[in-house]
Amino acid sequence: MNLFDILGPVMVGPSSSHTAGAVKIGLVARRLLGDAPVQAHILLHGSFASTGNGHGTDRALVAGLLGMEPDDLRIPKSLELAEDVGMHVRFGSVHLRGAHPNTASLSLKSKNGRELQMVASSLGGGRIQVCQIDGVTTNFSGEYNTLVVHNQDQPGYVALVATVLAQHNVNIATMQVFRETSGRFAVMVVECDQPIPRDVVESLEPVHGILKVSYMNVEG
Amino acid sequence: MAYYAIQQILDDAAARGLPLWETILEEDLRSHQGNREDTWNTMARLWEVMQETSRTYDPQDRSRSGLTGGDGARVQEAAAQGKLLGGPFVQEVIAEALRTSECNACMKRIVAAPTAGSCGVLPAVLIPTAKWEKLEDQKVVEALFVAAGFGQVVAARASIAGAQGGCQAEIGTASAMAAAALTYLKDGTPQMCSYAFAMALNGLLGLVCDPVAGLVEIPCVQRNVTGALNALGCADMALAGVVCRIPADEAIDAMGDIGDKMPSELRETGRGGLAATPTGKAIAEKLLSPLSEETI
Repeated sequence: MNLFDILGPVMVGPSSSHTAGAVKIGLVARRLLGDAPVQAHILLHGSFASTGNGHGTDRALVAGLLGMEPDDLRIPKSLELAEDVGMHVRFGSVHLRGAHPNTASLSLKSKNGRELQMVASSLGGGRIQVCQIDGVTTNFSGEYNTLVVHNQDQPGYVALVATVLAQHNVNIATMQVFRETSGRFAVMVVECDQPIPRDVVESLEPVHGILKVSYMNVEG
Repeated sequence: MAYYAIQQILDDAAARGLPLWETILEEDLRSHQGNREDTWNTMARLWEVMQETSRTYDPQDRSRSGLTGGDGARVQEAAAQGKLLGGPFVQEVIAEALRTSECNACMKRIVAAPTAGSCGVLPAVLIPTAKWEKLEDQKVVEALFVAAGFGQVVAARASIAGAQGGCQAEIGTASAMAAAALTYLKDGTPQMCSYAFAMALNGLLGLVCDPVAGLVEIPCVQRNVTGALNALGCADMALAGVVCRIPADEAIDAMGDIGDKMPSELRETGRGGLAATPTGKAIAEKLLSPLSEETI
């Protein structure tokens, strides 16, 4: 913990968990989608659903989807701005069994047809946890450059991804491997110290058995 | 590791012959391999944003719920008309606490200090003090280092989250941080800063987190005034030579202990205290989210 965990962050109010954390969830989702969403179906769970309206959680999530940071003064106007850029947003509430009280489920589609389904929780102080990607349980914070690979659940893919990252001089900070319960595919979440170059993604995407490659770099 | 005890900060400062703020800054640099200039500039930026928030206050703004807005201006106007009891400095502290907290409720940009719900306490005392005492920005930034360093000990030993420790952890901590900062600004000794901090925390021990409808508005906005005035009183006591018999670190531990014993109804769930009053419940009902539930 450093001094700026006590003073700061600079953020648009009223709540670090319900507003700043919600912006972050939207932003991480946009980055992982790889493009601006044109369709967003957002379901709010728990306290997000019951107090989200008063805390501007809906606006905060959409602001993140538009690429805004938690201190962006346009956050209160995000729903209108989304309409201006042709992003269609639909809200609902949901009960997710066992989920943290401040949780949102986002189903996104981009202009070029990419899709992402993500469930994330706001843990307080603006920190978040991504708990699910495309139905597979995950656990990462979005604080690091993150590579997410969906692949067939067969030997060799972890080694391949590690090799490609090494070839690009990207150091792995943490690595988690998850498996969809039906065994159809596996998901690898790799947090990295260096930004993930586009090249890494391009060399992984055509590989047979790799179903989807998503990534986000924290600096944009 | 950053400091785990206020006494440790005081001892270190004395041993190294450094002011409190510099002791805290250096420990932060050491434990995070930080850069001195960047760290200073980040803190200076927080002071700028605090002043910016106050400047952008608009009495016409209302929160999404419609429950909050315009009160900072109301106090300022009544003060100008000579209707109030407190002197001009105290009036300004009250108005400033309301302005910043109302900005937060109205989705404007604030500095969480230590949380968004308690963001009005530090600016409420720092902005008027800087003006009245004609302080350089540098001195105020130093005071923010003192506030953050002391606040960090609370986060390490107890909690600064209402959901964990109740409002004493949020407004209580903010008030204690503000009291230490004020004492530093008025050239109090490190020991006086520690006394002011402990007295301010002690005064708000047991304060529960009971926001109506779960929103950071009732009573949060007005509790920022409570925190700011408490800080002022405790800083003045410490500067006058009044001592606090319970050391700051033990006060923090007591606060943590009380927080652990607080029922969850009184820890930011919006289910107890003011939130559970007939009026609180009626407000919540009126604001209930219009979202329809879906199942996936």
